[in-house]
Amino acid sequence: MSTSIQSPQVPKHTVDTVISKPEPRPGALRKDGKPVFSGYRRENCRVGVRNHVVILPLDDLSNASCEAVANNVKGTLALPHPYGRLQFGEDLELHFRTLIGTGANPNVAAVIVIGIEPVWTQRIVDGIAKTGKPVAGFSIEQNGDFKVIEAASRQAKEFLHWATELQREPCSVDELWVSVKCGESDTTSGLASNPTVGNFIDKFDAWGATTCFGETSEITGAEQVCASRGATPEAGAKFLKTWQAYMDEVIEPFKTSDLSDSQPTKGNIEGGLTTIEEKAFGNLEKIGKNTQFVDVLEPAEAPAKGAGLYFMDTSSAAAECVTLQAAAGFVVHLFPTGQGNVIGNPIEPVIKLTANPRTVRTMNEHIDVDVSGILRREMNFDQAGDALIDMCIRTCNGRATAAEALGHKEFVLTKLYRSA
Amino acid sequence: MATPHFLVHETDDSVGVVVVEDASKGQTLSGWVMATDGTVELASLNDIPLGHKIALKAIKSGDTIMKYGHDIGKAVADIAVGGHVHIHNMKTKRW
Repeated sequence: MSTSIQSPQVPKHTVDTVISKPEPRPGALRKDGKPVFSGYRRENCRVGVRNHVVILPLDDLSNASCEAVANNVKGTLALPHPYGRLQFGEDLELHFRTLIGTGANPNVAAVIVIGIEPVWTQRIVDGIAKTGKPVAGFSIEQNGDFKVIEAASRQAKEFLHWATELQREPCSVDELWVSVKCGESDTTSGLASNPTVGNFIDKFDAWGATTCFGETSEITGAEQVCASRGATPEAGAKFLKTWQAYMDEVIEPFKTSDLSDSQPTKGNIEGGLTTIEEKAFGNLEKIGKNTQFVDVLEPAEAPAKGAGLYFMDTSSAAAECVTLQAAAGFVVHLFPTGQGNVIGNPIEPVIKLTANPRTVRTMNEHIDVDVSGILRREMNFDQAGDALIDMCIRTCNGRATAAEALGHKEFVLTKLYRSA
Repeated sequence: MATPHFLVHETDDSVGVVVVEDASKGQTLSGWVMATDGTVELASLNDIPLGHKIALKAIKSGDTIMKYGHDIGKAVADIAVGGHVHIHNMKTKRW
């Protein structure tokens, strides 16, 4: 980064650069060998680790009203996004699944939905209402922004009063849904931070948690190894079919080069990765040594086969992938990075870890867990996995992640094709 | 061993990964082979940035490059032991 910015002459001050860092409260308390945490048990018995009142737009046109409501009622969260008009077919179904899933996520206590017209607005409301949580819809046509903003603000205020009186209660890790995805990876990801996530996944899988990985295109080169990790031949075959469809329907028709400028990314290459195959084997370290995936999910599809690891068909772009995982109901995310991806998500806390010592030094405000000690042989994978478990439980108990502290709320919908 | 300069995933890998920020041309580098907890030493032919790969054996143009014990692409130039392995001399077999 250039440091040649000219500053006006100002008197020199002595700034105290010693940052006070109070001791954290104990993290992973255990019961019967399993970590326990305090979460919000929702009406449908799913457990959340955050307590948002979300103001959710059906479409791009409703963003302004949603943001106005969130400005009126402090402590609520608007989720603006660019889509929702003239979508059709599978792309429209994904739009509904993502928005309904976001509202239904256990990290969300209550939802206001605002749409341009009442019919699709009601479809979102009805979908979220199946969880039993409070939800109300408002539509703009024949009313205008002012009327909708006032009515929705009054309702949002009531939801906020109600939600802020909800109490956390003791929960077990087998009630926790954890998603994983890496970003701005480099070779240190495959050496250390991804295997740290893998160590976590092996332990959480044995404890009966529900976990999820994705990034279909980024398993290219390691697809046969990934398929062999299916818990059943059907799960492995379903993965290969999903991967092949991504190749045939997304990559092949639209590629104009060998993708060497996109996958790996420029950041990946700067960090020493050279090929998609190398990136893929590093990526796959995240699912541990023993854990097998029980099923393959559509984008934003909720797991339905009980506890265990799931593969979800997603883009490898960080915010798209995490948004889909949050919409499927995952409540806390593990994000290993090499060169320093800064992503967050509005409803699912994103815990960042890195093993790259330069990233620890230059971007430490973004990093929750430093596992660079693995590369110096000061820390082994078991210790690193336990450090990540500790940070995960503390995050579930309410500790704000680096991404939450810095306001990272990347909410990015996946679009399958152009609108009508 | 002291803090390693580079790490190797598997014993049959043809490349290791530099994990320090100051690996320079001519320097003797010590490597940690993670699969066996063994060590290996070699002289670097180039300045190699943090995270970039170093050749553990002589690689001919067209040879498969192994890392994680798997095929991660092919060499597009001859690479000597201790040479910097990156996008200038290796390429994907996919896409």
